[in-house]
Amino acid sequence: MNETNKKQTNAFTGNGAAAYAMKQINPDVAPVYPITPQTQIMEDFSEYRANDLVDTEIIRVESEHSAMSAAVGSAAAGARTMTATSSQGILLMAEILPIASSLRLPIVMNVVNRAISAPINIHGDHSDSMFVRDSGWIQIFSENAQEVYDHTLLAVKLAEKVNIPVMVMQDGFLTSHSFEKVNVLSDEQVKKYIGELKPLYNVLDTKNPITIGPLQLYDNYFETKYQQHVVSTKDIKDAFVEISEKLEEITNNKYFFFEQYHSKDADFVIVCTSSTAGTTKDVVDRLRKQKIKAGLIKLRLYRPFPYDELRTALKKAKYVAVLDRTFSYGSMPPLYKDIALALNGLDINMQSYVFGLGGRDIYEKDINKVYEDMINKKFEGTDFENSIKTIGCRTESK
Amino acid sequence: MNTNNMKNRERLASGHRTCPGCAIPIIVRTVLSAINEDVVVVGATGCMEVTTTIYPYTSWNVPFMHNAFENATATISGIESAYKALKAKGNIKNNIKFVVFGGDGGTYDIGLQSLSGAIERGHDFLYVCYDNEAYQNTGNQRSSASPKGSKTSTTPIGKYFGKYEYRKDLTKVIAGHNIAYCAQASIAFMDDLINKVKKAMTIKGPKFINVLSPCTRYWGIDQSQTVDIAKLAVETNFWPIYEIENGKKYTINLKNHKTLPITEYLKTQARFKHLLNPVNKKIVDDIQNHIDEEYKYLLKLEQISN
Repeated sequence: MNETNKKQTNAFTGNGAAAYAMKQINPDVAPVYPITPQTQIMEDFSEYRANDLVDTEIIRVESEHSAMSAAVGSAAAGARTMTATSSQGILLMAEILPIASSLRLPIVMNVVNRAISAPINIHGDHSDSMFVRDSGWIQIFSENAQEVYDHTLLAVKLAEKVNIPVMVMQDGFLTSHSFEKVNVLSDEQVKKYIGELKPLYNVLDTKNPITIGPLQLYDNYFETKYQQHVVSTKDIKDAFVEISEKLEEITNNKYFFFEQYHSKDADFVIVCTSSTAGTTKDVVDRLRKQKIKAGLIKLRLYRPFPYDELRTALKKAKYVAVLDRTFSYGSMPPLYKDIALALNGLDINMQSYVFGLGGRDIYEKDINKVYEDMINKKFEGTDFENSIKTIGCRTESK
Repeated sequence: MNTNNMKNRERLASGHRTCPGCAIPIIVRTVLSAINEDVVVVGATGCMEVTTTIYPYTSWNVPFMHNAFENATATISGIESAYKALKAKGNIKNNIKFVVFGGDGGTYDIGLQSLSGAIERGHDFLYVCYDNEAYQNTGNQRSSASPKGSKTSTTPIGKYFGKYEYRKDLTKVIAGHNIAYCAQASIAFMDDLINKVKKAMTIKGPKFINVLSPCTRYWGIDQSQTVDIAKLAVETNFWPIYEIENGKKYTINLKNHKTLPITEYLKTQARFKHLLNPVNKKIVDDIQNHIDEEYKYLLKLEQISN
């Protein structure tokens, strides 16, 4: 490792890591509204502002709806704009999220995943960000505080390269409130990596006035949405690869669309996201010692979904178990559906598991049981209505 | 009338698609002509926005942004904060003023929270409400600005008399924020409207002007009558024109030598026609009493604050 790559190590919670990345990014504007478990991000960031460590205009808005609305205004004015939220907050923003993506505004938002009401619950699951998965935003899931930090930097560069907003997810409390070791870059390295924002357009350019957010009816709306669809697939994936490789050069960490953990020759593969991947890695290590061909694919980039790459990565597996931290009522869970589509036509046994709702813990023994289901060929088959298994839930049957 | 700034009237160009006789372009062009500096305009979803921005055309010669219905003021909060940040960095040199236009639906109802929040935070902008007293863009559904007794598509007459409730007194709600400048104005008194905008623009921070905006289509008036109806609203004290400074100092800008009875206003509009039926006399009396009480209270407020 050369001198410029020398790492500084800090102890951060996931929230602390997000706030520290924001400090180094020093965005022009940050409209934010408090909500558990995200609040610590805006508190830490306000502390940096109060000590003049950043010169960001923080707008302490009166709701998440206004947070996203102000972010849209700010980004349209050519300012680097960041915010953060959780749960009910992201649902309140839901109306404005597609406006942000359709207006091609490179906003970056840390999302600390939390269950959605009712019943009200402050703990971690993925029902909030899955609810807005079709909003046109890029969605990146983080396993731990290190990834929260790295992904936040990556998100700024990615958003500004493709002019599409990015959400960086982490698990509420499990990641957001747990201290971990985080290697951080120097302020100069961050500044050099993210570079200067070059906005597509600017509502403050009074010499060249433009109209933003016009009325389009059946004669033009479809083409606008088609263009957004085209940008939202290949362009983003290409940019992601290019930008993550540049970050790898300075952090020595890898950031492909997904992490393959002993999955290349594995017969039995779990696909999941976020902190659960960490627990799964320990189980895989133990099974590998027993010469069992277990593997893990930890998905990082959820939107756009890397269908082809996942198909290639999973095509040799015999069994694939997909772990979703949300239901999709009246349908199969979202991650399972996407993986099933990626593996369409391949001779692979698949099983959907739903776990950890409302912050219910998942243990190594639970994940071990999933591998045992695969090894003992206990998958439920294709009777969809009865085929979703739960982990750690008191159900009436089974 | 001082016509020095007539060229700034073209900040909203002709060729837009508001109905003939609509008050909205009168309000927008007058307000923007009274501002000398560069402006950036945000509009809430509504009549003004849909009639001036039909892609691929625009009537705006100044930067114009539409985000959604209830968040025009949150949007200007973001734009104004970006302006401050980029100006501090030296990326922007010129002085820019920020103006928001919203209808009564986007202001009295769905946008009230975002407006209240932005005023409390003290962003530097002028909010102008064009109050046409119902959701006219979507076909005259009642809003909290619709007056008692008015016929709307969601308060039809049937066996009754239209809307039951009195309108929300939004100007005083805004004054409750101790805002530096807040006023009611009328397109029938242009000098007063222009003076109010000019006065507002000397103040740094949030400003609010509420302008009654007669709607030919759903008030049921001839397109030649827009200004006359706005004038009658003032002459009957239905829409007194006044200003409130720092939430406390009340000034009534025009006092009628002879106040006309409310029936003179009601009889000019199809939305109130049913009220002239003798069976609704009690409703008309209630409306008249309410106007008298409100105006008496306004006079008292002026008296104690001066």
